[in-house]
Amino acid sequence: MSEAAFFIDYSRCIGCEACVNACAECDTHRGTSMIHLETIERRDSVQTAPQICMHCEDPICAQVCPADAIKKTPDGVVQSSLKPRCIGCSNCVLSCPFGVPKYLSSIDQMMKCDMCYDRSSVGKKPMCATVCPSGALTYTSMEEIQRTRQGIPINSWKFGKEEVKTKVYVMVPREVERVEIGLVQINATPLALPNDPYDVALMLEEM
Amino acid sequence: MNDQETYTACKQDKKWRDDFPIEWEGDNYVSRREMVKFLTLGSLFLAVANWLMAFAPRFLRRGSHNRQLLGLSDDLRRNGSALFRYPTAKDLCIAVRTSEGKLVAYSQVCTHLSCAVIYDKTEQSLFCPCHNGRFNLEHGAPIAGPPTRPLPRIRLEESDGRIYVTEREA
Repeated sequence: MSEAAFFIDYSRCIGCEACVNACAECDTHRGTSMIHLETIERRDSVQTAPQICMHCEDPICAQVCPADAIKKTPDGVVQSSLKPRCIGCSNCVLSCPFGVPKYLSSIDQMMKCDMCYDRSSVGKKPMCATVCPSGALTYTSMEEIQRTRQGIPINSWKFGKEEVKTKVYVMVPREVERVEIGLVQINATPLALPNDPYDVALMLEEM
Repeated sequence: MNDQETYTACKQDKKWRDDFPIEWEGDNYVSRREMVKFLTLGSLFLAVANWLMAFAPRFLRRGSHNRQLLGLSDDLRRNGSALFRYPTAKDLCIAVRTSEGKLVAYSQVCTHLSCAVIYDKTEQSLFCPCHNGRFNLEHGAPIAGPPTRPLPRIRLEESDGRIYVTEREA
């Protein structure tokens, strides 16, 4: 059996927030939850999606860090910022295509998911994967996921021209090979942007 | 520079990245050269700090020169001792008139672990009861026990039947 890997199946998320609370109980970042639970098309749906760090092979958060505070372990886990080094500049927060790093102003430091390194480095499941009741977050072997799921796991992304490979897999329908995401022009005026009916700011204006 | 050139420039390996690697192993790696550099500079620093510590008292404690009345000559008998404080009330000193009649005085603070030394009449030396340290009367030099440095000397002056303290040697 191959080495265990992390799989996210967004469609299975039921929004129970068990992962969010379990994350806060992890010993490496006690009390602070590192999971983002996103809402999808909030106007029409109650669908949610958990977002943990994808642990990129070439982590852009670490590339842009001016303080040399984000490190990648030999097994490919991108660690949270080192406390003595992090200067709280939020470069990583802005650069991450998955929106994972969080800047905590109370401690003037960035914190992010480190796949519960105290657990996963000794072969245990990360906290979120142990509690997820629907299997949206799963930490298991590749064979096991292929045997039990309909979709296929992929770890290849394309943001504009930038290709990103991640350690964490997401489950997608069988015909998809890579997740491609178009980029929005920076500094564009709001009128020039494509109309987004799920823009939270617009929803608030309508109320 | 167009977009494509900027993109390729960003993707190129940068030399400074060698010094600030993203990988954990690289960050924790200490090269042989760095290790030798650290050891050399570290031992150099320790050596310099040692010499500074050794010579600092010469520059910091220059002794004291104000003249003070200690007492009457008759009060200090031969083979007897008297305690006094000089130059401040915190500096304990001991004055001894030897059996030959010579007048000497030293700081009372043992140079081993700062216990108070007392005059031993039978041995005619200054005795530290804490660890059986002994200092001779001629120069205050250690003659037995753990102390290795002599007691600081206090200069006395005798005139008109009175004893004056004149100077504390550093």
